Amino acid sequence: MLRFLFDRDTWQEVYDSMSKNKLRTVITMIGVWWGILLLIGLLGAARGMENSFNRLFGDFATNSVFIWGQSTSKPFKGFQEGRRVRLSLTDAKKVEDNVEGIEFVVPRNQNQGKVVRNFLSGSFNVAGDYPLLDVVQKKKMLFGRFINQNDIDNNKKVAVISEDVYKQLFEKDEEPIGAYMQINGMNFTVIGVFDVGNVNMGPSSDIHIPFTTFQQIYNQGDEIGWIMVTGKPEYNIKQIELDAKLLLRTLNKIHPRDNRAFGSFNLGNEFAKITGFLTGMQFLTWFVGIATLIAGVIAIGSILLITVKERTKEIGVRRALGATPFEIKRQIVIEAVFLTLNAGIFGIISGGWILIFLDNKFGQGDDATLVNASVSIAVVFAALLILVVLGTLIGLIPAFKATSVKPIEALREE
Amino acid sequence: MILEIKDLHKSYPIGDSSLHVLKGINLSVKEGEMAAIMGSSGSGKSTLLNIIGMLDEADSGDYILDGLPIKNLTEKKAAVYRNKFLGFIFQSFNLINYKNALENVALPLYYQGMKRKERQEKALFHLEKVGLADWAHHLPKELSGGQNQRVAIARALAANPKLLLADEPTGALDTKTSYEIMEFIQQLNDEGKTILMVTHEEDIANMCKRIVRLRDGVIMEDKVINQVRVEQYA
Repeated sequence: MLRFLFDRDTWQEVYDSMSKNKLRTVITMIGVWWGILLLIGLLGAARGMENSFNRLFGDFATNSVFIWGQSTSKPFKGFQEGRRVRLSLTDAKKVEDNVEGIEFVVPRNQNQGKVVRNFLSGSFNVAGDYPLLDVVQKKKMLFGRFINQNDIDNNKKVAVISEDVYKQLFEKDEEPIGAYMQINGMNFTVIGVFDVGNVNMGPSSDIHIPFTTFQQIYNQGDEIGWIMVTGKPEYNIKQIELDAKLLLRTLNKIHPRDNRAFGSFNLGNEFAKITGFLTGMQFLTWFVGIATLIAGVIAIGSILLITVKERTKEIGVRRALGATPFEIKRQIVIEAVFLTLNAGIFGIISGGWILIFLDNKFGQGDDATLVNASVSIAVVFAALLILVVLGTLIGLIPAFKATSVKPIEALREE
Repeated sequence: MILEIKDLHKSYPIGDSSLHVLKGINLSVKEGEMAAIMGSSGSGKSTLLNIIGMLDEADSGDYILDGLPIKNLTEKKAAVYRNKFLGFIFQSFNLINYKNALENVALPLYYQGMKRKERQEKALFHLEKVGLADWAHHLPKELSGGQNQRVAIARALAANPKLLLADEPTGALDTKTSYEIMEFIQQLNDEGKTILMVTHEEDIANMCKRIVRLRDGVIMEDKVINQVRVEQYA
């Protein structure tokens, strides 16, 4: 059988019977070509979307939830409803110590600040932060560094500014590190400039200053704006959110079922939705691709069936000359496989071109919609394998049809 | 005896009834014979040739080819026997239209599993024999009817069969070409080939050495004749 595959005559026969009717051969192949092109193109695009998504969130702790205080909606323990709730550092500490599965609790504060530098000024969001923020939301530093523990401990008047602030308050190419600027009338030293990037989860901040310094200049005491809670990867962030909120209600003497006392945004949940969407898209792609592929292969089968009908007499002659039924079947099956496989390879190549085109068109730059739109070699081989199997199966139908006619009847055919 | 047939019966079902085509045929052919099977259409001559050619199977009776009983053959076995023992010459040549003369002649050798090079040498040798070596790479449509039949004869000879079966070999040719083909077949017979042909033309039959006449499925007459050599016409 294997010797047969490497026999020049086998392929001569395939070539002869296909080149006999080139148009039919080409039309036959279109179905499979289209199917595999669709499969490769869509899978690559889906992968590109996933990659771009992963790039956007790559430096971000996605298994996280933001929680902030609002107003109570139920009276409890002598307090009336409508009481304003504010989180404190103690709350944050208790949450971190008592809720299961927590990785980090990052307390944050933010306020509006008037910033002046020389003759330029602007109003910006000023956030008080711990160095931990840089862990859960990796800051891309253009110059200098982010806030460190030393800044916190010494209530240092240092500021990390966004690229936008830098552009507004500094001359082009001016050295920002070590420069002074006034925030709400107080002098701060710039220690770093960060790139805002594409995605900024939670309220965006223009200027980060040490948390402790923020407490001082805004006279915040222990109160904090909101906390960002990140869960360990193996824990469900939804449960962490529920546990944390329940604990916070107890700590702040709020009715256990008062759902409005704390507001929250569960990033993990949103992220899971998008991931689910992407998975669904991949599934759909496979489904559509494989279905089209099957349709294409069936088209090959039916055209080969017609071919076999046309060649009834020829097959009869061959059998009169000594071709065994097996040899006839083998030849037809190999033709089917050859057609499917070639159409498939063309499809993969043109699918590749489409991906290259997509990459050129949508895959360039930092804010690309599709990043590295591609399919793995494993997928390509799997697709080819599927084609060989389907081609063989579909080829069996005309093959059996061809030998079902007795040679004597086949010879009588005109 | 190269061919022995005893009490051969064959009938075809037609609707509810059946048509009895061959009603007890007895026929023996010796090596080197050249026999014509004659009869009007419906006499069963083609059916007989098809059974001898293992393209069809008898209902009952014995068929022994060169000492080998031909009975209950599988399709595969029949194909191997056809390839090994028989050479077919058809009325309509039955060459494969997208293969050139050489490839057509080499086809039985391909099914014998012969190596490509050897096969082509052998095919070319037989094409030379029928005088068409110069046309080896032409397609059937580029050749005349007589040339096509000669390619078909070369193909029938390629596998060096024990028996040549010709079904109206001159049926599609004009008289002049027919005689050329017959002259060639006579030469083959002179070289010792056993030839069995079906024809309904008296002049063609008279060029054989023996005439078997069939009517309604039985042999009416089976006689050895004085062969008319084609050269006599020239």
